[in-house]
Amino acid sequence: MAQAPALPSGFELPLEPRLPRIGSIDQVAVEERAATLAKRSIKRDSKVFALDLAVRMMDLTTLEGADTPGKVAALCSKAMRPDPADLTVPPVAAVCIYPSLVPHALERLEGSGVKVASVATAFPSGQVPTDLKVEEAARVAESGADEIDMVIDRGAFLSGHYAKVYDEVRRVKEVSGRAHLKVILETGELGTYDNVRRASLLAIAGGADFIKTSTGKIQPAATLPVTLVMLEAIRDVYEETGKRIGMKPAGGIRNSKQAVQYLVMLNETLGPEWLTPDLFRFGASSLLNDVLMQIRKEKTGRYQSPDYFTVD
Amino acid sequence: MTDPQQTEKEGAHGGTTGSPVRKQDRSPVPSAFEYAEAPESREIVRLEDRYGLFVGGEWVEPRSGEYAPSAAPRDEEVLAEVAYAGPEDVDLAVRAARDALDNGWSTLAPGERAKYLFRIARILQERSREFAVLESLDGGKPIRESRDVDLPLSAAHFFYYAGWADKLEYAFPNRKPRPVGVAGQVIPWNFPLLMLSWKIAPALAAGNTVVLKPAETTPLTALLFCDVLRQAELPSGVVNIVTGDGRAGAELVKHPDVDKIAFTGSTEVGKEIMRSTAGTGKKLTLELGGKAANIIFDDAPLDQAVEGIINGIYFNQGHVCCAGSRLFVQESVFEEVVAKLKRRMATLRVGDPLDKNTDVGAINSQAQLERIKELVAAGEDEGAEIYQPPCRLPEKGWWFPPTVFTNVAQSYRIAQEEIFGPVLSVLTFRTPDEAVEKANNTPYGLSAGVWTEKGSRILSMAQRLRAGVIWANTYNRFDPTSPFGGYKESGFGREGGLHGLAPYLEFDE
Repeated sequence: MAQAPALPSGFELPLEPRLPRIGSIDQVAVEERAATLAKRSIKRDSKVFALDLAVRMMDLTTLEGADTPGKVAALCSKAMRPDPADLTVPPVAAVCIYPSLVPHALERLEGSGVKVASVATAFPSGQVPTDLKVEEAARVAESGADEIDMVIDRGAFLSGHYAKVYDEVRRVKEVSGRAHLKVILETGELGTYDNVRRASLLAIAGGADFIKTSTGKIQPAATLPVTLVMLEAIRDVYEETGKRIGMKPAGGIRNSKQAVQYLVMLNETLGPEWLTPDLFRFGASSLLNDVLMQIRKEKTGRYQSPDYFTVD
Repeated sequence: MTDPQQTEKEGAHGGTTGSPVRKQDRSPVPSAFEYAEAPESREIVRLEDRYGLFVGGEWVEPRSGEYAPSAAPRDEEVLAEVAYAGPEDVDLAVRAARDALDNGWSTLAPGERAKYLFRIARILQERSREFAVLESLDGGKPIRESRDVDLPLSAAHFFYYAGWADKLEYAFPNRKPRPVGVAGQVIPWNFPLLMLSWKIAPALAAGNTVVLKPAETTPLTALLFCDVLRQAELPSGVVNIVTGDGRAGAELVKHPDVDKIAFTGSTEVGKEIMRSTAGTGKKLTLELGGKAANIIFDDAPLDQAVEGIINGIYFNQGHVCCAGSRLFVQESVFEEVVAKLKRRMATLRVGDPLDKNTDVGAINSQAQLERIKELVAAGEDEGAEIYQPPCRLPEKGWWFPPTVFTNVAQSYRIAQEEIFGPVLSVLTFRTPDEAVEKANNTPYGLSAGVWTEKGSRILSMAQRLRAGVIWANTYNRFDPTSPFGGYKESGFGREGGLHGLAPYLEFDE
C-alpha cells in the first residue's frame, strides 16, 4: 500500500460498503450557512446546558517545548476539578500533551475518568519517514495513552499523494490498539474546503475515530465553516455506513460564545446524538476559564474577576 | 437553576474537602439542548391606535371615513386601525404629489435630492431595530430575516439611488433625462418596507413625486416610514402614502394625473392594470408572479445546494415572487438530495416571528393560508407524495408547516400555479436540455437557480433559461445594484441598478 500510486480524483477507497460521494463544497454558501448558525441566540437554561457540555467535551491542552512534569501536573489538577469553588462543574474530557509526558499525566489522572490524549507522528509537521511515525504512535499506545492525536502528511496530500496519507492513517490505526485515534487535518494548510472534505473522508477511510481540524500551531486553526464541512463529511459517512465518527475543532476557540456556536452547529448538523464527549471535543488551552466565568455568571447573575479562576 | 447562595456554599464546602474524583452527573443542568425562547422586545415600537392617510406631509382623516384593522399574523392581535382611502382621498394625494412636483421638487438641484435620500437611508439604519420588529409583527416574517435582510436592503436601496440622483446624465449618456412626473406605486405584502424602498428610492432620485399604496394586510411599516420622511424633512407632498385595499390601488392606477404606474403583485391584478392603462400614455412597469425553477445538477455541492433549496422556498414562508418553488433534481442524485432536504427541514424552527431563533414565521393572512391549503390539498389529490417535518404550530394565528411534494408531474397544479407559501414541488430531469425545457415550460419567467460546479454549464443554462434573474450556486440573493424583473407573465421593466432608473425618466432626444 505504501507504494500505491496517487489516486485519481474520485478515488475508490475500501470503506464499506462504499465511500460517500467526494463531492464539492461551495465556499460562499458554506460560509453563509456557518454565519447563520452562529446567529442563534442561546440563553438561560440552554446556555447552562451548552456551557456544562463544553467543559465535559474539553481536551485541555498544553503542547509547548517548555512543558515539564510540573506543568502537566498542574494541567491535570485543573482538568479534574476545573473550578474548585464550584464542584458541580464537571471534569474535562481529556488532557492533550506530548508523548514524553504521558506517564506523568497517567499517574496524576488515575481513577479520575479524565483521559490522556497524546499527539504523535512527528506533531505538528508530520515531516518524518512513515516508519518513524508509526513507531512513535506504537510507543505512545504502549505507554498507556487513551487517545492518539496524529497529524496527516500535508505535504503528501497537497502533492496529490492521497494514498500515502491514507496509508499512514491506516498503519497508525493498526498500532494504536485500544487507543482512540484522532486525525489532525491541519485545515489551515489545506487551502480549500474541497480539500478539507477530501482529507476528512480519507482520514475516516483510513480508520480515524475522530477527525480534528488543527494542531493549534498554524493560523487559521479551527473555524466554523471548516468545522461545518467536516461535520457534513461525518454525516455523509454515517448515512452511508452507519458509523459514527467524532469531531474535534482545535485552536482559536477562546471564549464561551464561540464554544456555544460550535455546539449549535453540531446540534443542527449531526443532531443530539453527537452531543457527547465520545463524539465531540474542543481542543483548547484558554477556553476553559472563560466557560467557567460564564457558568459562574449564569449561576450567580454576576460576573467575577478573572483573578478568581486559577490560571492552571 | 439553583439558588446562587446555595451554589456558593456548596462550592466553599467542596473546596475544603478537596476530593479530586467526582461523578459527572451532579451539575444542575438541563438534560437536552432545547433553545430557550429568545424574543426580540416589541417595546421599541410605539403604535398609534388609528392611522390616517399621509398626504401633503400631513396626517389626514380619510374622506371615505373608512378604517380597517391590521392584524398580527402570529396571534391575530389587532395592531392598529388603518384608513381605507376612497376615490376622493386618492385624488387629494395625487394633487399633493403634483403640487410638490411643480413647486420645487422637479427643479431642485439633483445634489439636494440626493441629500434627502442619503438622510432617509441613514435614518432607516438608525431605526432599523424598530422597523424590523414592526415588520415581523405586522407581516409575520421571522425577525432574523427582517433584521438581516429587509432592513439592510431597504437602507441600501436608498443609499444606492441617492448616489445616482446627481449623475443621471452620466447614467444615460447623450440623452437628456427628466422626471416622468407623478408616480403611482402599488406594493405587495411580502416585503412591505423593502418594496416601498425599491419603489420610492429610484422615483425620488429621478426627480418624481410619489403616491404609494401599501398592501392592506401590511401597511404599518409604510406608515412608520412617514415619520422617517418628516425626520428627513423631505418637502411636503413629495411622498404620499394612501392605505387601503384593492379599490384604492385601482383608483390610483386609473387616476388621469398619474404619469407612471409601478406595480408589484399578482399576475391577475397586473393584467387588469395593463388593460386599464392601455391607451392612456402612462408609463408602466409590472413585477408579477413566478414559479421559479431551482435546478440541481449531480455535480453540485449538495449540502450547500440543500441550503439553497431551503432558502429558495422557505425564506419568508415562501411569500416570495421569485421563490424557488419548483425544484428540479438530476435523477442520479435525486434520492440523496431529497434525504438531505428532509433532514434539513426537520431542523427548521417554525414559530413566533419575534423569536430570534425562528426560521419560518407565520403566514401573512387568513386568505393566503386558505389558498395554500387549497393548493396543497390539490397536490395530494393529484397523487403527489407530501412530507412535512414534525413541528408544533402555535394555536393562535395563521400557520403552515414547511412542506415538500415529491412524485410531482409537470402537469400537476402544484407544479404550475404560484402557491406563494412554504410548499416545494420536486421534479426530476436527466439532461441539461430536459432541465431547460421543463424549467421554461411555465407562463412565468421571473427567476431561476442553477447549482453545478461547472462554470461553462452555468453560463449556458443562464443563456437558455427564460427568466429575468438567474442565480448560480446561490438563491434569493438581492442587491440594489442588480436589476430585478421578469419575462413573460412575470411582468416587464426592471427594478434595481441602472435599469431601475429608466422607467422613472423621460428622455429628450
